[in-house]
Amino acid sequence: MFRRLPEIETAAEAVAFTIDGRPANARAGDSVAAALLANGITACRNTPVSGAARGPYCMMGVCFDCLVTIDGTGNRQGCQVRVAPGMAVETQNGKREVER
Amino acid sequence: MSAPKFDFDIAVVGSGPAGLAAAALAASKGASVVLLDEQAEPGGQIYRAVTETPVRDRKVLGPDYWHGAELLGPLRDSGAAHWPGATVWSVARPREDGPDGERSIQIGLSRNGAAAMLIVRHVILATGALERPFPIPGWTLPGVLGAGAAQVLLKTSGLVPSGATVMAGSGPLLWLLAWQYLQAGARIDAILDTTPKQNWRAALPLLPGFLRSPYLAKGMKLMLEVRRKLTVIGNVTALRADGDGALKSVTYTRNGTEHRLPADTLLLHHGVVPNLNLANATGCAQRWDEQQRCWRPTTDAWGATSVEGVSLAGDGAGIGGARAAEEAGRLAALDALHRLGRIGREQRDQLAAPHRAALDRALTGRAFLDTLYTPAEAFRAPADDTIVCRCEEITAGAVREAVRLGCSGPNQAKSFLRCGMGPCQGRLCGPTVTEVIAAERGVSPAEVGYYRLRPPVKPITLAELAALPKTDADIDAVFKH
Ligand SMILES: Cc1cc2nc3c(=O)[nH]c(=O)nc-3n(C[C@H](O)[C@H](O)[C@H](O)COP(=O)(O)OP(=O)(O)OC[C@H]3O[C@@H](n4cnc5c(N)ncnc54)[C@H](O)[C@@H]3O)c2cc1C
Ligand code: FES
Repeated sequence: MFRRLPEIETAAEAVAFTIDGRPANARAGDSVAAALLANGITACRNTPVSGAARGPYCMMGVCFDCLVTIDGTGNRQGCQVRVAPGMAVETQNGKREVER
Repeated sequence: MSAPKFDFDIAVVGSGPAGLAAAALAASKGASVVLLDEQAEPGGQIYRAVTETPVRDRKVLGPDYWHGAELLGPLRDSGAAHWPGATVWSVARPREDGPDGERSIQIGLSRNGAAAMLIVRHVILATGALERPFPIPGWTLPGVLGAGAAQVLLKTSGLVPSGATVMAGSGPLLWLLAWQYLQAGARIDAILDTTPKQNWRAALPLLPGFLRSPYLAKGMKLMLEVRRKLTVIGNVTALRADGDGALKSVTYTRNGTEHRLPADTLLLHHGVVPNLNLANATGCAQRWDEQQRCWRPTTDAWGATSVEGVSLAGDGAGIGGARAAEEAGRLAALDALHRLGRIGREQRDQLAAPHRAALDRALTGRAFLDTLYTPAEAFRAPADDTIVCRCEEITAGAVREAVRLGCSGPNQAKSFLRCGMGPCQGRLCGPTVTEVIAAERGVSPAEVGYYRLRPPVKPITLAELAALPKTDADIDAVFKH
C-alpha cells in the first residue's frame, strides 16, 4: 500500500480515469502503475502460466509484472505509460487476448 | 515545421548521467547528436523525474539527486536532439556502405506507438543499471517491490508506503532509500540486513582505498542516522514473503532462528547490475566480473566495445555510480568525436585529462563496497522452491533438475524450460540462472556463460513493425545478426 506525501496531496491536480470501470483519481505525471498503487491496488494482473496475482515490481520497464489493458489494448507496461484523463485501465487476466 | 531528421553522427541511448553528459559534450563540439530514452523525462535512474518531481522539499531526495538538474542546461545549450519516450530495440552491426565507404549503423526504435529507423555513424550505449534479482520464496507476491522501484515511486509521484513496511537486503541504495523515507516521514517497521558477516573479512584489506573515497563521509552520516532512528536487524541469512494473493508477512532467519513480521510492503534490494541486453544483442563481447558478480560488456578505457562504432558509458559497462557514469560519458563522447575525425588524438587526450582524473576519483573505494555488499550465495542461487524466472514461473529446483539432465548453461535452460524466454528477456533471471547453474555444475559463472540475446530487445507489436518502411537493410537489422 502506498500513500501520497501530504505536501503533494494538496497540490495535486487530479486526473480522472477508470480502473475496471470504477472511477479513480491520479496525479498528472503518475505512471499507470503508480496510479494503481496510489488507489490501493497492488495486484494488476494474473499470470498466464499459473494464474498467480502479480503487481508492479521494478517500476522501470524490466519485469513486465505491471501489464494491464489500457484503453482496450492489452499487455501494456503500466509503469511506462502515463495516466491520462479519461483513460480506461483494466487489470489483466492471463494472456493478452488476440483482438486487443 | 521541417520533417524530422533520421540521420545523425552520434546516437546516445539512455539519458541518465552518462548519456546526458555524453550527448551534451559531443554536440557542443559540432557533431549532430540524438539522445534517446524510453522514459518520458531525462535523468535516468538516479535523477529520475528531476525536472518535474512533485517532491519539492529538497532535503527529502538529498543534494546528490539535485545535481542531476545541472546536467540539463549543458544538454539544452549543446543543440543535441532529445527524444524522450523512445525505446531502442535494435542496434545493427555497422556497415561500411555510406558515401566513400562511410560507416553506417541502423537503430530501430519505437516512439508513440510507431517504429522508426535511424542511421548514425556512432552509438554510445548509456543504458545504465537495474536492480540485481533478489529471488526469495514469495517475491512474486503483490506488495513485494524492489527498493529502487519504491524510490522511483517517491521521485516521480511522491508516493511512500503506508501500512507495515519492511526493507530487506544489502547495499548503499537500501540505506539511501531508508534515509529518504526518514526525511519524508514515511513508516519503516524494520530493515533486515542480509550483508554476510564474513564479507567483512574479504573487504577489510580494501578499506584503505575506501577511506579516500569521496562518498565515505556522506555514506557514514546517512547510515548512522538510519541506524539511530530505525530498527535494523543484522545477520539475516534467509527470507520468505508470505501471503495469499498479496503480501501478509515476512519471515526471516537470524542466528538459526526464524522470526515473523507482519508486512503490507516488502522492499528488496541486493545492489545493481549492468543493464546489458542492448549491448549483448548488438554483439558486444562481455565477461564475467567476479568482484561485482555480474556480466559486463568488455570495454577499453574509452568505453569502446568489441563492435566498431559502438561504445558504452556508465553503469551499463560496469557499476561505478552516478558521478563515474557522468565522466565516463564524456570520455566516450570525446573518443567518438575522435573516431569520427572531428578531433585529433592529441586533442582528445588533452580534453579527456580532467574527466579521467574525476572518473578515477569517483571510482575510489568501489572495490570495498563491491566486496562488502556481495549477496550471500543462498540469495544468489536460492533454494529449490524459489521462482527464479518470474515471466515463465520457473523455480531454482527446475533449473537444477535441468542441469542434472544435461543442461550446461543459460541458453540451454531456455530450450529445456523456457526460462528467460518471457518478455523481460532474461533481464530479471539472467544473473540468478547463471549462478544456479554454475553452483550446480561446480564451475565458475564465466564457464557457464550468459543468454545470447537478439533484437528486438524489447517486445514490439507486429503493428509497429508492419508500419515501418521496409528496405532489405531494415529487415536485416531486426531479424538477422
Ligand atoms: C531503480 C534504481 C534507482 C537508483 N537510484 C540511485 C540513487 O538514488 N542514487 C545513486 O547514487 N544511484 C542510484 N542508482 C544506481 C544508478 O543507476 C546509477 O549509478 C546511475 O543512475 C547510473 O547512470 P547511467 O547514466 O549509467 O544510467 P541510468 O541512470 O540508469 O540511465 C539509463 C537510461 O537508459 C535508458 N534505457 C535503457 N535501455 C534503453 C533502451 N533500450 N531504449 C531507450 N532507453 C533505454 C533508461 O530508461 C535510463 O533512463 C539506482 C539504480 C536503479 C536501478
Ligand atoms: S513494474 Fe516492472 S515492468 Fe513495470
